[in-house]
Amino acid sequence: MENPPPQKGRLKVFMGYAAGVGKTYRMLDEGHDLNEKGVDVVVGYFEPHARPDTIARAKGLEMVPRRQIDYRGASFHEMDTDAILRRRPQVCLVDELAHTNVPGTERAKRWEDVLLLLEAGIDVVTTMNIQHLESLTDQVWQITGIQVRETVPDWVMKQAEEIVMVDLPPLALIHRLERGVVYTPEKATFALQNFFKESNLVALREMALRQAAHEVDVRQTDVLSGKSTTFPAVPIAATRVNQVVERFLVHVTDQPSTALLIRRAWRVADYLQAECFAVYVQPPVEGRSRKEAVEKHLKFARDLHIETRVLEGEDAAEALVQFARVQRVTHIFMARPPSRPWQRFLSRNLIHRVVRLASEMRVTIVAERLPQ
Amino acid sequence: MPTNLDHRPDPDQLLRQIQAEESQLRLGTLKVFLGYASGVGKSYRMLNEGRRRKQRGEDVVIGALQDKPDPAVDELLGDFEIIPSLSIDGREVMDVQAILARKPRVCVVDGLAYNNPPQSCNARRYEDAQELREAGISIITAVNLQHIDELRPHVAPLAGKSVSDTIPKSFLMAADEIEIVDIPPEQVLERVGRQPDEAAQVAERRRLSELRETALLLAAEVVDRQLEAYFETHGLNQTIATQERILICITPRAAARDMITIGKRAADRFHGELIVLYVQQSDLSQADQEALIAQFAFAHESGARVEQLTHEDPVAAILRFAVDNRVTQIFIGRSLRENWWTRLFGSSVDRLIRSAEGMDVSVFPH
Repeated sequence: MENPPPQKGRLKVFMGYAAGVGKTYRMLDEGHDLNEKGVDVVVGYFEPHARPDTIARAKGLEMVPRRQIDYRGASFHEMDTDAILRRRPQVCLVDELAHTNVPGTERAKRWEDVLLLLEAGIDVVTTMNIQHLESLTDQVWQITGIQVRETVPDWVMKQAEEIVMVDLPPLALIHRLERGVVYTPEKATFALQNFFKESNLVALREMALRQAAHEVDVRQTDVLSGKSTTFPAVPIAATRVNQVVERFLVHVTDQPSTALLIRRAWRVADYLQAECFAVYVQPPVEGRSRKEAVEKHLKFARDLHIETRVLEGEDAAEALVQFARVQRVTHIFMARPPSRPWQRFLSRNLIHRVVRLASEMRVTIVAERLPQ
Repeated sequence: MPTNLDHRPDPDQLLRQIQAEESQLRLGTLKVFLGYASGVGKSYRMLNEGRRRKQRGEDVVIGALQDKPDPAVDELLGDFEIIPSLSIDGREVMDVQAILARKPRVCVVDGLAYNNPPQSCNARRYEDAQELREAGISIITAVNLQHIDELRPHVAPLAGKSVSDTIPKSFLMAADEIEIVDIPPEQVLERVGRQPDEAAQVAERRRLSELRETALLLAAEVVDRQLEAYFETHGLNQTIATQERILICITPRAAARDMITIGKRAADRFHGELIVLYVQQSDLSQADQEALIAQFAFAHESGARVEQLTHEDPVAAILRFAVDNRVTQIFIGRSLRENWWTRLFGSSVDRLIRSAEGMDVSVFPH
């Protein structure tokens, strides 16, 4: 007898702007609420961070034991996805969606484990901080000077059926840090002088609020385009659906600035609901290191669910603009010239030529975002 | 010409400064819990905050409550000293005089937008709260989005009713702390009772989502104000791009209308700010002058902030302005003129691209 494939599980995210705002606590709260309603809930992973409040709140919830993984002489604890799949709860609580698993685990990222649980029809309640969202990493770097390495692609976040903003004013968070609620005293002192500076927290909080508003907005448009007949048409919403679709072209090169360019174009496309492709123009002769760098950038674009194309041509400007015209591209995105003089000359020339050739299109030159 | 070599400050100014600082010191703090609909749990969070402060040893009383507190809220009330309200014309009014006499450190005021009956000292409860703040009493309060006066045209159709009891947005903007009480619409529906049929439920969820989005953006705006205040008080001249700010540089001959239309859509979608700038270099012809006036009018209509500068070097003026105003994207039209000079040294578009650090430069078709 064959079972029909399970219906996909639903994802709920408690989003915060920094450690210590109370995401894990809210997640556990939700677990208790569901438990009381008779829903079969387990904790797949939670990060106690040695916080007594949080640990106390986890009491009474069923925990799926974590698995121990030894790596380079140390042991690490990771979520035991297989054990959760065997246990088959209705809902699984998974802390810290952006976590990177230790090498030797089947999947590199925790969000990949979460996708697996969702595929198996298990609902997941998870937590995440705003700075871990892929498309915001440049803005976070510019504001805080901190390069976030553990990121979650935006399309994963968009799978979430519900996003809840866990809010706490920065001063209250700083007080919690000073009282030792969030970290140990040594770590707290360090944190207060770095990431947890008041200006950083205020800025991150504003970003989180805006992002949450955007996510709420997107969800609503999705509902609208999917089920437009179920309720009366509203003028604003209707114009959104009927918008002429914009098409973006992102120029991929071997330069490191390409990663930022792709993220930025993706973000603008997401807000304007535009289509986006990433295009590389391959010259007849191409060195190995260049080839590798380009391949990495194209893969990055694909990871963000951006369609990629490789064109051949000696003249990059001409090939790009010709392709853009055939594809009815409305807007070309290019990176600002790099700092090395001879490269700067070449790329300035390229920008100059693209701007001249693509006379009916808009050309946006994206600059690097450096910390203040 | 009077010189001021010894830098002796003006005594009047000094006095005013001291008075300002003193009143700042004496003013009680204001903390607001903002919710997007009834049933999100504002009152509960507000009282919980009061209880937390009490546990930390602060002297907390309740000054005003909602008419019908729900059971969860009722349970919290037992922990507090409640200052009995006055009854004027059969209606409950917060007893400001009694609270002033009692002089607690913190006073909890629910139903901030409440209208007092005609014989009361202040017409509105938020004015009562302000009076308490001026006496050095800190306020913890809760307010629903639909009571913010300036948002009424947008919110009233969504909330399904227009309320007459409102507070001005400026009151919220002056809060020391704002905390958004965010729960998914689904949970609100669960609490207030579901609509029977599917279609009504979808419409309800959509309505709540839109209110929620508005509340999140309002909170972001308050937070942005705090960020600016932080930089000002710390003497920092920072350019932190927490929201998109689009700067459209126009000239009389540019395709300004298209640029503004596209800029407006982007600013709307990003919930960002739209600024239209014209840098005048020399005297304009009659025709150019008229074209420019039409463009300014269109910019105003589109909700843009319109700015005009005079500077012999437009690129330098644009860049300076962009940095000062925390701009993230600059829109410019293609320059039509091309001669040996621009071929050799680059056009102003090239110069702008080269010098715009940390901003996008978008070149538009003519």
